[in-house]
Amino acid sequence: MVDLVEPIAAKQAPRYRFLLDRREVLGAIFVTPAILYVLLLVGVPFLLAVYYSVSAYTIYDPSWRFVGLANFRQIVQNPVFLETLGNTFLFTFASQLLGLILGKFGALLLLRPFPGRKLVRALIILPWAVPIALASVAWEWMFDSLYSVINWTLIALGVIDRAQAPNWLGNPHLAMLCVIVVNAWRFFPFAIVIFLAGITAVPQDIIDAATVDGAGFWRRNYQIILPMILPIVAIGLIFGVVFTFTDLSVVYLLTNGGPVGATSVLAFEGFQVGIVSGDVSHGAAISLFMLPVLFLVVIGMLRFIRRREI
Amino acid sequence: MQRMIAATLREVSFYGAVAFFVVLTAFPFYWMVITSFKSNSDLYNVTNIPFWFNEAPTLEHFRYLFEQTLFVRWLLNSLIIGTCVVAITLLAALPAGYSLARLTGRGGEALGIGIFLTYLVPPTLLFLPLSRIVANLGLQNSMWSLVLVYPTFTIPFCTWLLMGFFKAMPVEIEEAAIVDGCSRFGAFIKMVIPLSLPAILTAVIFTFTLTLQEFVYALTFISSTAQKPITLGVATDLIRGDIFFWGEIMAGALIASIPVAIAYNSFLDRFIEGITGGAVK
Amino acid sequence: MAAVLARDIFKTFGELPAVDGITLTVPDGEFMVLLGPSGCGKTTFLRIVCGLERQTAGDLIIGGHVVNDVPPRARGVAMMFQSYGLYPHYTVRNNIAFPLKTQRVARAEIDRKVGWASRLLGIDHLLDRRPRQLSGGERQRVALARALVREPTALLLDEPLSNLDAKLRASARQDIKHFQQRVGVTTIYVTHDQVEAMGMGDRIAVIDHGRIRQVGTPAAIYDDPADRFVATFVGSPPMNLLARGDGYLGFRPENFLPKSMASNGNGGVTEFSFRVDRSEYLGSERIVYGVIDGFDTQVITAKLPPAHVAEESIRQGEWHTFAVRNSTLRYFGNDGKRISRH
Repeated sequence: MVDLVEPIAAKQAPRYRFLLDRREVLGAIFVTPAILYVLLLVGVPFLLAVYYSVSAYTIYDPSWRFVGLANFRQIVQNPVFLETLGNTFLFTFASQLLGLILGKFGALLLLRPFPGRKLVRALIILPWAVPIALASVAWEWMFDSLYSVINWTLIALGVIDRAQAPNWLGNPHLAMLCVIVVNAWRFFPFAIVIFLAGITAVPQDIIDAATVDGAGFWRRNYQIILPMILPIVAIGLIFGVVFTFTDLSVVYLLTNGGPVGATSVLAFEGFQVGIVSGDVSHGAAISLFMLPVLFLVVIGMLRFIRRREI
Repeated sequence: MQRMIAATLREVSFYGAVAFFVVLTAFPFYWMVITSFKSNSDLYNVTNIPFWFNEAPTLEHFRYLFEQTLFVRWLLNSLIIGTCVVAITLLAALPAGYSLARLTGRGGEALGIGIFLTYLVPPTLLFLPLSRIVANLGLQNSMWSLVLVYPTFTIPFCTWLLMGFFKAMPVEIEEAAIVDGCSRFGAFIKMVIPLSLPAILTAVIFTFTLTLQEFVYALTFISSTAQKPITLGVATDLIRGDIFFWGEIMAGALIASIPVAIAYNSFLDRFIEGITGGAVK
Repeated sequence: MAAVLARDIFKTFGELPAVDGITLTVPDGEFMVLLGPSGCGKTTFLRIVCGLERQTAGDLIIGGHVVNDVPPRARGVAMMFQSYGLYPHYTVRNNIAFPLKTQRVARAEIDRKVGWASRLLGIDHLLDRRPRQLSGGERQRVALARALVREPTALLLDEPLSNLDAKLRASARQDIKHFQQRVGVTTIYVTHDQVEAMGMGDRIAVIDHGRIRQVGTPAAIYDDPADRFVATFVGSPPMNLLARGDGYLGFRPENFLPKSMASNGNGGVTEFSFRVDRSEYLGSERIVYGVIDGFDTQVITAKLPPAHVAEESIRQGEWHTFAVRNSTLRYFGNDGKRISRH
C-alpha cells in the first residue's frame, strides 16, 4: 500500500485571487445590470402607481396627501366606469376566442404541404408582425364613414344600398365589433404559430399509435393532440389575454373610445384621465383595476396547465 | 366516380379555406399599398372602383411624405432609438441570460421566471408614474425618454430568449475552455458569445422590431413632431385639422411596415426555437 | 511523490452523496482507471480532481500543492471530455494551440509544441481543418493532442471511447495507451466498461455508490476481489455466487467445468451436481446455464472452450457432475466482504 506522503508545501491559494472564477460571484455580477434596470424602472414605478392611487396627486396639485380608498370608491360609483369595465372584458374575451378559433383552423391548414405554402405563411404572419398602430390606421381607413371599401363592396354586391351603408366607427355596437375584429385579426397569426409549434412537437409515434388503435380524425384531434398541446396553447393565451386586456392602441386609433365611450376600455380610460386630463391619482386607480383580473387569469391558467400536464 | 367528386370537393374547400385566410390577413396590406399609389382624386371619389387604379398610379404621396413632412426625421429617430436600445439590452440581457442558464441553480430558475414576468407588467399601468419620472429627469417630450424606458420590456424578453438558447448549448465547450486556461468570464467571451451569434442576432432583430412596434410610451411621452418615432408619427401626425391625409398615411405605414415584416419572416423559425425551448419540454 | 492525492473527498448535491469518502493516491506516470456502473460517482470525482466541481469536504493535492480552492487552469490538469469538447469555430491548429495561448506562451514555442503534439498523434495533416470536417476517430486525436500539449501534471479522461462504435474502440484503446506510455503522463481514466479497464489500467479503482471498493492491478481485481460487488462487476459472465447460510461461495464461469475437464491442480476439486438448462454457442466459447442441486433458485453459468467438449457431458435437462478447482474458490461473508478460508 502506498503511504500518503504529506505535501511538501501546503500552498493554499490566496483567498481573493480567483474570485471571478467562482460561479456564485460571476453569476451574481452578470445578473445585476438586468435586475437593477427592472427594479428601478419597473418595480419603483409600480409602487409609485399604487401610491398615486391612494393619494390626491394631480399634475396641477402634486400633493402626496393620503386619501385611502377614496379614489377607488369614486371611480366605481361612476356608471361610465362600469361600462368601461364591461367593454374591456367583452373586447378581450371575444377577440381572443375569435383569434383562437381562426388560429386553430389556420394551423391545421398550414400543416399540410401545398404549393405556395411558404408565401402563404409569410403573408399570414403580417398582422402580428406589423406595428399595431400602423395596422389599426389601415383598418381605420377601411372603416371610413365615407370611403369604406367594405361598404363599397357590400353596395356593389347589392346587399345594401348607399342609404343603409353602416357607419362602422360611428355606431356604438358596430364600433365594438370593429375593435374586436381588428384585435382578433392581430392575434390569430400568433395563435397559428403557437398551435403549429405545439402540434409539430407531438411525437409522431403517439399519433400513429392512436391511428392503429382506431381513432378517427376528430377523436385524434380532440382527445389526443389537444390535451398534449394545451400547455403551450395556454401560455400563448395568457400572453394574448394580458396584452389585449391592457391594450389601448386599437381603441385610441380606431374609435378614440367612442362613440360616446362605447368602446372605451380600462387602459384607454386610464390614459384619458391620468395623462390627458392630468388627474394622476384617479388615472392610477383606474389602471390598477387591470391588475387583479390579470393576476387571476394568469394564476388560473397556470393552475389549469399544471393539472393537465403530462 | 363518386370518390373523385368527393376528393375534388375536399381539395376545393381546402384551397378555398386557404384563400379565405390569405384575403383576411393580406387585404388590409393590399389596401395600404394601393392607397399609397392612388392619386387623391382617385381616392376620394365614391363612385370609383376601389380595388384597382381608375386613374394612373402616382408617387405624389411619397413625394409629399419625404419633402413636406418630417417623415425622414421620424425614420432617423426610430433608427437611433432602436440602435441605442439594442445596445443597452444586449449589455444587460446577454450576461443575465447566461448567468440564469449556467451559473445559478434553483434560485436562478425562480429569478428567471421573475424577470420574465416583468415583461407582462402592462405599459398602460406604468406609463403614469414613468411619465412623472421622465418629467423629473428633464426628458419629457424627448426621444431619449424612450431610449430609457424601452429596455424595461426588451431586457426581460431578450434575457428569456437568450436563456433558452444558452441552455441548449452543450456545456462541454465552455468546460474545455476553462480547463484549458480560461477564467469563467474568459470562456464566456471567447467561446459562448462567438458560438451564439445566431441567437444574438435573433435577439437584436426582435429587440429592434419591439421598439418599432411600441406605441403607448411614445404616445405618452412625446408630443412635438420632430421627436416622434416613425410609428407614432405616421399614426398621429399626418392630420391637418380634421383632415386625414390617407394617401400619405398609408404610404408612411407601408414604408414603416416593410422592414419589420421582412425581419419577422426571416427570423420566425429561430424565434420559435427560442420560445419553445422553454415551453415545450 | 504522488502526482494526485485525494484525501477523504466528499461531495453532496443537496441530500444525495455523490462521492462518499474517497481516498486515492495516483503515483507519477501511472495509468489509473476508475471503474464503476453509471451513477456511481466516478465522473463526479473526476470533475472534482479537474476543478469543475468543488468537493464538499476533503483535500485534493496535485503535484504537491493543495488545490482545493484553485480553478482548473492553475492546477496543471488537462481533461478529455466524452464528446471531446472541440472548439467548433477554431481550426485544429488553433484548438491545440488554445491552452498555450491562454498561458501567454511565445508564438514560436506554441508552433513547436503544436507540431510535436500533432505529429505524435498523427494529425499534422489536419491542422487547417475544422472539427466538423473530421471523423470521430480524428476528433478524438485532436482532443488528445490538445490535452497533451500542455504537458500536464495529470491527464483526465471521461469515458472517451463511449462515443465510438465497437470496431473503432479497440484501436482507440490501443492508441491512448500507447501515447500515454510514450509521454509518461499520469492519467486518470473513467469508464464503466470493464474490458477497457482491464485492458488499459496499471491499476483499477472499482467504485460503487461514491465509495472505492477496491484498488489494485487488474490481476488483483480479477483474482482477489475484495467483496461481492467487485467480484460480480468484473468478468463476463460475472462470477457465480452460491448463497449458503454463512456466506457466499464464489467461482468464475471459466473455472466451472465438467468433471472430466477440471484438472486437479493444488488442493483438489470440489464437485457439484449440475443440471444444464440452456447452452449458447458463441463461436469462441460456449456458455452453459443451469442450476446446482440444492440451490434451485440460482442460475449458474459455466464458460466452456468451444471444442473438446463431449456432447453428453452438457446434454440439456440432465444432471451432470461439474467441478471447480479449490484454489479458484472464493468465499464471501454475509456482509459481502471477502474472507480467506482454507
